Amino acid sequence: MKTATKLWIGLIALVILSPLGLILPAKLGTGSAWGEWSADEIHKMVGYVPSGMSRVSEFWKAPLPDYAFRGQENPSLRALSLSYVVSGILGAAAVAVLTILIGRTLVRREHSDAP
Amino acid sequence: MHIPDGYLGPQTYGAAYAVAAPFWAVASKRMSRTLRSRQVPMLALGAAFSFLIMMFNVPIPGGTTGHAVGAVLVAVLLGPWAACIAVSVALIVQAVLFGDGGITAIGANCLNMAVIMPFVGYGVYRLISGRSDVTSRRRWIGAAVGGYIGLNAAALATAIEFGIQPILAHDAAGHALYAPYPLSVAVPVMAAEHLLLFGFVEAIVTGMVVAYLQRADASLLNGTPGKKVNV
Repeated sequence: MKTATKLWIGLIALVILSPLGLILPAKLGTGSAWGEWSADEIHKMVGYVPSGMSRVSEFWKAPLPDYAFRGQENPSLRALSLSYVVSGILGAAAVAVLTILIGRTLVRREHSDAP
Repeated sequence: MHIPDGYLGPQTYGAAYAVAAPFWAVASKRMSRTLRSRQVPMLALGAAFSFLIMMFNVPIPGGTTGHAVGAVLVAVLLGPWAACIAVSVALIVQAVLFGDGGITAIGANCLNMAVIMPFVGYGVYRLISGRSDVTSRRRWIGAAVGGYIGLNAAALATAIEFGIQPILAHDAAGHALYAPYPLSVAVPVMAAEHLLLFGFVEAIVTGMVVAYLQRADASLLNGTPGKKVNV
């Protein structure tokens, strides 16, 4: 098998294992990454929500916020894991396709790829 | 390490865009000269790997989480300019589709994880691996140490960007307008968690993949300057 094929299989394994990155922090009771708190968390920590933060922090509505489907109320860890895997597939595919498009554009721009 | 919207004031995120932009421009220019179409799938593989490895949040029990980035691994395989493009694409998709990192902070996040990290890490890798054979132990050790130092450099840059916010903007009551913690808090906390844990995660991921590739297909590690890469 070609090494590249093995590496793509490795990426699929990463997608399948990705919920570990969600479940382990949940089971160990960890909070957000440092500097990635929600407005509520900030308020608890420093006693106020910085005004510039409350103004702009919600201006972009991501379609899959925090790698989860929108509109789930108190989703279970299992539901979150499912949306995490789906997000992993969609995200990795989007990243790969975009990179291939950029790569091809760059290759074409200044030299042709003579064999 | 993904700075959200609202954590950096306009002059900081604007400056970060201004610093990152020339790197994107030079990276595109260099890639158009050196990238072969056969290498494009490897570049996509590297970008997708970086995206996925960042989903593996590693917990500090009762504390915070962090993750590896993979930028130094891509730099070792395809060079730091290629890593700049690959990791930038991953970070932009994370911000736009998943709200992981702010839209205004894309410049800052790319500066930290797609510029500082791959260049610092790659420099360390080159320093340690030197002119050693591609199957040499110095290669994977260099990659691992490069990953450790690269991630820590990115974390330090992020901490400084957070930490200068209360100095740059606060209201009459002394409340910060953006990220509230000063340098004296941001730098030690970010440095400690990355020096003690997340840096080792990055080192293990980077070193292990390089060690695997040395066995599976060492030609992938030929990508040092001056040599043509045969993928």
